[in-house]
Amino acid sequence: MGTAAIEVRGLWKIFGPKADRIIGSPDADLEPAQLRAKTGCTAAVRDVSFEVRPGEVFVVMGLSGSGKSTLVRCLTRLIEPTAGELRIDGQDVRAMSAKQLRELRRHRVSMVFQHFGLLPHRKVVDNVGYGLEIQGVGKAERHEKARRILSLVGLGGHEDSYPEQLSGGMQQRVGLARALAVDPEVLLFDEPFSALDPLIRRDMQAEVIRLHREVGKTMVFITHDLSEALKLGERIAIMRAGAIVQVGTPEELVGAPADEYVADFVRDVPRAQVLSLRWICRAPEPGEPLDGPELPADTVIHDAVPAAMASDRPIRVVAGGELVGVVSRVDLLGAVRPEPQPVAAAASAGATGEEA
Amino acid sequence: MVSAPVQVAPPVEAPARARRLPRWVAPVAGVVAVVVLYVAFRGKAVLPHDDDATLFHWLNDARDWVDANRNSSPIFLYVVNYIRLGAAGVYEAIQAGLVALGWPGLLGLAAGLGWLAGGWRIALVSFAGFAGVGVLGFWEASVETLALTLSSVVLSLLFGIPLGIWAGRSPRVRRIVTPVLDVMQIMPTFSYLSPMVLLFLIGPASATIATMIYAMPPAIRITAMAIQRVSGVAVEASESLGATGWQTLGKVRLPLALNTIMLGVNQTIAAALSMVPLTALIAAPGLGEDLLRALARVNVGAALVPGVAIVLIAIVLDRMTRAAAQRREGGTRARAVRWGGFAVLTAAGLALLPVLAQDFPEQWEVQIVRPINDVVDWIEAHWYTFTGFLNDVVAYGLLNPLQDVLTNAPWWLVTAAVLVFAWRVSGAAAGLVATACLLCVAGLQLWEHAMETLTMVLVASVITIAAGLALGVAAARSRWFAAGLRPLLDAAQTMPSFSYLLPAVALFGNGRFTAITASFIYAVPVVARLVEDGLRAVPGTVMEAARSAGSTDRQLLWKVQLPMARGSLLLAANQGIVMTLAMVVIGALVGAGALGYDVVAGFAQQEDYGKGLAAGVALVLLGVMLDRITQGANGRRSPHKKRNA
Ligand SMILES: Nc1ncnc2c1ncn2[C@@H]1O[C@H](COP(=O)(O)OP(=O)(O)OP(=O)(O)O)[C@@H](O)[C@H]1O
Ligand SMILES: [Mg+2]
Repeated sequence: MGTAAIEVRGLWKIFGPKADRIIGSPDADLEPAQLRAKTGCTAAVRDVSFEVRPGEVFVVMGLSGSGKSTLVRCLTRLIEPTAGELRIDGQDVRAMSAKQLRELRRHRVSMVFQHFGLLPHRKVVDNVGYGLEIQGVGKAERHEKARRILSLVGLGGHEDSYPEQLSGGMQQRVGLARALAVDPEVLLFDEPFSALDPLIRRDMQAEVIRLHREVGKTMVFITHDLSEALKLGERIAIMRAGAIVQVGTPEELVGAPADEYVADFVRDVPRAQVLSLRWICRAPEPGEPLDGPELPADTVIHDAVPAAMASDRPIRVVAGGELVGVVSRVDLLGAVRPEPQPVAAAASAGATGEEA
Repeated sequence: MVSAPVQVAPPVEAPARARRLPRWVAPVAGVVAVVVLYVAFRGKAVLPHDDDATLFHWLNDARDWVDANRNSSPIFLYVVNYIRLGAAGVYEAIQAGLVALGWPGLLGLAAGLGWLAGGWRIALVSFAGFAGVGVLGFWEASVETLALTLSSVVLSLLFGIPLGIWAGRSPRVRRIVTPVLDVMQIMPTFSYLSPMVLLFLIGPASATIATMIYAMPPAIRITAMAIQRVSGVAVEASESLGATGWQTLGKVRLPLALNTIMLGVNQTIAAALSMVPLTALIAAPGLGEDLLRALARVNVGAALVPGVAIVLIAIVLDRMTRAAAQRREGGTRARAVRWGGFAVLTAAGLALLPVLAQDFPEQWEVQIVRPINDVVDWIEAHWYTFTGFLNDVVAYGLLNPLQDVLTNAPWWLVTAAVLVFAWRVSGAAAGLVATACLLCVAGLQLWEHAMETLTMVLVASVITIAAGLALGVAAARSRWFAAGLRPLLDAAQTMPSFSYLLPAVALFGNGRFTAITASFIYAVPVVARLVEDGLRAVPGTVMEAARSAGSTDRQLLWKVQLPMARGSLLLAANQGIVMTLAMVVIGALVGAGALGYDVVAGFAQQEDYGKGLAAGVALVLLGVMLDRITQGANGRRSPHKKRNA
């Protein structure tokens, strides 16, 4: 699988003394709380594996303390992983020397932080140009580039302000511009919009979607906000207590949650807007009329409503010219109903859901 | 919607950057201009020193007038003389009390107070410290020094704490008091002495008052801060229950502020102990007398022993008050144990009083003057190539050339250079104040000596700041290094200032380089600590962001940490320079000459009094000037200014 932009295999991060001894020992299977009680070490990332395709937006989400920040920092070894394999563009990151690692951070992977991490003593333009400056790019060139990127993120005209003169949303645009300025292959976001209020957050999410469309970078996006994850993510990984519980498209997570934890996570998702007909179609019952409207299998349920309204015949769901099943009005209504069905014991899982 | 900017702000006009000159042009042009003017006008418009300047005679006459009218002028009869009597009364009462305790009683009381403040450890420290003073053979002189210190501290607190409370409660008072305290803290110790002699004559009363004034600023400042910091919620709760202002003060504010105020007491005592030995110059009794006499004869051993005695007293008082500041109220049981222990220890000491001799037993004293002098002689004999070399490098390589330039440059050139430099670094107001100070120094007829002092200060502070910066950076980057440095720095900050002269004298004998070395040892810990704290205060989020962009350690330091710690660095420079000045002046005691020597000579020779007084004032002006120049911490070019405003 040499084509993956990021490839993570069996990654571990354990904070604490003699952390490396724990891996491979029976202690490694303990829950983090038990492990901490027993050894004093905190397992923040536990045996995590995933791949990110070039150009993909990969979202990692989970509750606070589930290890998201630690995981994303391990990717460029801002936090040194305890064990595991880590490849970016096929190159082994863990084997890199300090110099190679710096080159990786300088040219290929940039990061956007929750608390911006801007340099208060530099103007906006010099903040954006920081990455270029430490690469040794000349002043004229980096200012030129910084200006271009600033107008790309909608901050043209603010080059000579200082960060503290900008609002939170604008500061995060500077953070974004700084990450983009070095023209990296991969962008890492650690809850970049958590510190912003909801309206600005929505603007910024739109901004990221737009940028992704325009510049097409590979992105790893950390969030604890499900709607943000659904909006941005092509695939979403759900983390719990340091481990990835499930990886999949929004549809897969909503349609087939791997366990109660995930089900609980996606419980409030408006299913009609996420699930496609593929998830609810069934084989036609004998005698059912098959002359209803025809819709592709990846049509979102919500978008199937007009067709169902227009005709009282079951909708015929097709994929690749083949009939895969039918969906009646009753099926549609059943899918839109608020309580999700795949998990029978949803009531008992409610307790964990409160924490979110 | 997609790319809507968050907030529409008018775009900033792009300045015409192409035509702007590079930033280094102005400073370089300034330096070139100064050099050219210096070469052209060297030796012209200089202000050579004249011991017979009219101002000095005029001041002598003023002194004579005061002496003649001391017992007739109403100001003296009804105000000044009473102040003097009051101070003398406090001193004599405390001194008599300490003497009456006798050495066993005092040791018992010290141990008891130590127990009260911080348990058996502090009791042991107090006992051992005071016993050590006796063992060194300086019991009586130490009691005198202790009496002087305690009386001035008592008076400082008596005035300082109420003033601090007032300043803490009233912003207006704070606004008036703060600049005064700022100047007081810049003033070198010597400057306090000459005016005291004029008003209160020489002797312990005068010394008590001088020390009291010198030691008061920390008491006021820290009390004000403590009162201000008392939680608003607690005060509100008290007021909501209908407490009067005084009740709230007595039952909420003061108790909550008490531990911090105790820190103020600690600082006040430290300041007093820096001053008290120097008051021997105005005929105050105590360890300072022995110390100064020995320094005058360059007898390092004889100076070191009373010096160590003062340091011991400083350590005991510091530990005691610091422990008291950290103390937490325990239950009734704990309180009983504390006071019981205190009573037992004190009573034990007093009970031994009739049994034991009145004087500290001579057979317990150890003589270490001779061995110390042997060591010093050995150092001189074996290290001379090294110490002499260092001395010569600094003297011929730095001091002499710089002094040559400063004293031979026209006075207007020096003044203009100071004006422009201060303006650039700290803004117009600072520039004007600095220039005014310098012009006043010229007006005091002490230009040449002031330039000599300035030379030493500049050389010493450059060395100090460079070393402090290096140490601070190293400490900020290596936890190991920091852990090793901390206790050293802590210890250094308990030592009374002049005690730094002693190792310097032991190594380098008398002279300017000794003063510079002493300033260096005195100021480096503070500079290093401020630098380290500033670098460590850079937020981790910013550091992480910079690291994730691929910065090297060096780039992190130069592009992120140092610029962001700008305020702390300027403060470090400021403190370094002010402390250096304080020490260089005291360096007159070990042959550093210049203004400090003028002050000292003013006490020794009747006819030099005027010059000494003027020199004291010149030192204050020099201090204010140096302080203003380096006050860029709140200067104009920092982007942080808006936030602080
Ligand atoms: N430097 C550290 N030393 C010790 N433990 C740490 C360290 N950093 C993180 N941890 C622990 O690792 C676990 C995961 O932390 P992490 O910051 O990765 O969580 P997170 O998912 O990003 O949470 P949040 O949503 O609150 O940011 C936590 O239990 C945390 O206490
Ligand atoms: Mg996090």
